[in-house]
Amino acid sequence: MSPPAHASFRRLFNEIGTVDQIGIEERVAKFTTRSIKKGSKVFGLKLAVSMVDLTTLEGKDTPGKVESLCQKALSPHDDPSIPTVAAVCVYPAMVKHARRALGEDTAVRIASVATAFPSGQAPLRTRLAEVKAAVADGADEIDMVINRGAFLSGEFQLVQDEIVAVRDACGAATLKVILEVSELETFDHIRAASFLAMRVLRPGDFIKTSTGKTTLNATLGNNQVMLEAIRDFYLDTGTPVAMKPAGGIRTAKQALQFLIAVKETLGDEWLNNTRYRFGASSLLNDLLRQLEKERTGAYQAPYYFSEAAESY
Amino acid sequence: MPTLTEKKSARPTARAQGRPLPELIFGDLWEFDPAPETADPRLRARYDLFIGGQFVAPASGKYFDSINPANESKLAEIAWAGAADVDAAYAAAQKAYDTVWGKMPGRERAKYIYRIARLLQDRAREFAVAETMDGGKPIKESRDFDVPMAAAHFFYHAGWADKLDYVAPGRRVAPLGVVGQVIPWNFPLLMLAWKLAPALAMGNCIVIKPAETTSITALKLAEIFQDAGLPAGVVNIVTGFGDTGAAVMGHATAAKVAFTGSTEVGKIIMRSLAGTDKRMTMELGGKAANIVFDDAPIDQAVEGVVNGIFFNQGHVCCAGSRLLVHEPIAKTFLAKLKTRLRVLRIGDPLDKNTDVGAINSKEQLGTIERLVGIGIKEGAEMFQHPCKLSAKGYYFRPTIFSNVSMSHRIAREEIFGPVLSVITFRTLDEAVEKANNTAYGLSAGVWTDKGSRILKMSTELKAGVVWANTYNKFDPTSPFGGYKESGFGREGGRQGLLDYCRLV
Repeated sequence: MSPPAHASFRRLFNEIGTVDQIGIEERVAKFTTRSIKKGSKVFGLKLAVSMVDLTTLEGKDTPGKVESLCQKALSPHDDPSIPTVAAVCVYPAMVKHARRALGEDTAVRIASVATAFPSGQAPLRTRLAEVKAAVADGADEIDMVINRGAFLSGEFQLVQDEIVAVRDACGAATLKVILEVSELETFDHIRAASFLAMRVLRPGDFIKTSTGKTTLNATLGNNQVMLEAIRDFYLDTGTPVAMKPAGGIRTAKQALQFLIAVKETLGDEWLNNTRYRFGASSLLNDLLRQLEKERTGAYQAPYYFSEAAESY
Repeated sequence: MPTLTEKKSARPTARAQGRPLPELIFGDLWEFDPAPETADPRLRARYDLFIGGQFVAPASGKYFDSINPANESKLAEIAWAGAADVDAAYAAAQKAYDTVWGKMPGRERAKYIYRIARLLQDRAREFAVAETMDGGKPIKESRDFDVPMAAAHFFYHAGWADKLDYVAPGRRVAPLGVVGQVIPWNFPLLMLAWKLAPALAMGNCIVIKPAETTSITALKLAEIFQDAGLPAGVVNIVTGFGDTGAAVMGHATAAKVAFTGSTEVGKIIMRSLAGTDKRMTMELGGKAANIVFDDAPIDQAVEGVVNGIFFNQGHVCCAGSRLLVHEPIAKTFLAKLKTRLRVLRIGDPLDKNTDVGAINSKEQLGTIERLVGIGIKEGAEMFQHPCKLSAKGYYFRPTIFSNVSMSHRIAREEIFGPVLSVITFRTLDEAVEKANNTAYGLSAGVWTDKGSRILKMSTELKAGVVWANTYNKFDPTSPFGGYKESGFGREGGRQGLLDYCRLV
């Protein structure tokens, strides 16, 4: 018989500690007062571009839409000094189209949201089959959702077993574990779920805030809770886990604030796209707008930038 | 959940495998460019005394230099008031009290105080830059804390001015007359607001002396008094050194004196006033304990401890300069504290990204260096921020002393700098005992998840303010003041107003 839910949570909190919401909010407010100017701003903006998982996750996605997303990923703007984005992120059915558009020899990776995204409410074998199909079609990275129902009822073993099953189904593909923070509700739960996931992840796998399909997505607050969990886990075990906030990051200013949080919490080794990503789409064009503004001294009209996929 | 622990042991820690310890690298991969605040502080080359609504030269004709502690350059010349100037200031204050301010209805006084608050808000950036240049505090603190909080104190007390019939239920209140005030250099403008606003709201007139290293924002506020049309003589500002302060405190006209500063000087003032009928309030030093229990949310407690001691370079009378940490978490806590310390940015106070600015004066830097030297000699373990310090200007690295015992001087004396002493405890009683084992009693912090423990601690700690799961929170409505040698009287709230009136 499994222990009652409150006992499971109590035991886990005793191991990993709890989080004070007001304290976290005060801490992240300090990131928003940092003033990033000139060269450091350009560096930060380009770094953010290189970390974008350019995403389209809509029922109306077509091969054509995905192809144009891939072109945008390969050359975000005319300026050759602007890096390519880290990855494109699509539904499993679109992976083969993305692979065709990007080719085999490309720096842009293909991420796919498998495991009955966004709810995860499908039998495990269906979810695993989806993961395997996406990898077989050419996905380099798999974004899975955790079983929130199992987590909230204290069945941590089930949550972890499912992550392990998906991890094994990924083979060489990188795994990103979506906690879906808005359905976990408290910072304590976000920290707890982060640890449950990290304990079964491989170095370089990700934990990710959200699907982008619920009301509340990545915020500086839940990003900070997860960064601190990654830091504590790394200092304890030596296993570096990567981080991906997703959804709700639409402006360059927000992206820089998230990066400041990374710089001041995890340090330089997390300031690259193997350790930190942004799940976003409209963010990319705002980053480009700001980079052009830094280069030319003036904001350019919106039609100078090729349209990005507007998803989350 | 036995499987969780199994999973853990199945993944041996790096230490057990003999790999190097994992560490975080806070390097220069993404260095921030300078981001100086550029608003014009609109400083004058020379500041005279503000007496009777006018700027007047000191009788002696003597001036002294005000230095920017960030780069040791001269900012302005400040008048040095002698006894004759202090006499003139008290005469002007008495005249204003007798003819205008004392008789004015509270609702009329309120209009002037509101006007001062609004004018200060209008010129907030200019005042923030001036405050930072004069005192060395980071611009983000003067911009986000000092100036808005000073305005908030004027607003709050303006609101009281027409409601004084309700400040002491069942009693009527009357102003005291002329009050003499001396304020310190750590929050020059904010301390000025704390002192002036309640006195003005009650209908008193004032002679005030700012600290010699930080007179500029007081004199800039005098410009606002002129713009606000505050009647001549209601507030008089005399600048100078200790002799000027002694003249302000000892003057026969003063019905009450209020002092914020060191316990040492407070005692001298109290001795000199013994036998007179002057009222007194004293807000003196502190050696506050921040007490962290093992069930506290550790990262947020670390943040609170950092905020408690490194805010304003530790030049805070209620700074949490002693960390009392529960033994089971002492090692973890100290490690996290050091990690957090490493990302503090020390340097040019005018840079918007600076967390810890310049030490207020050469003299204070000497005091801090001397006490830190004693700490090392007494065998405490020192950890300092690894930053490079600018050769010009007065700077000190944020410092943590661990393995400190209660008998160490760094655990007993107020350092008034960015220096934290870490002491451990085993039980709640021991924590209370150690926290109260000091001559001071201004403030304390408690960090725990357990509400009942907070309530118990707050009754047992002999401190004027006890913060729970937070630190250094201020509000004009909340009275602030000390126990024991940290002083008496309260500032802020209804209690603060009562210290500026007679009950009739």
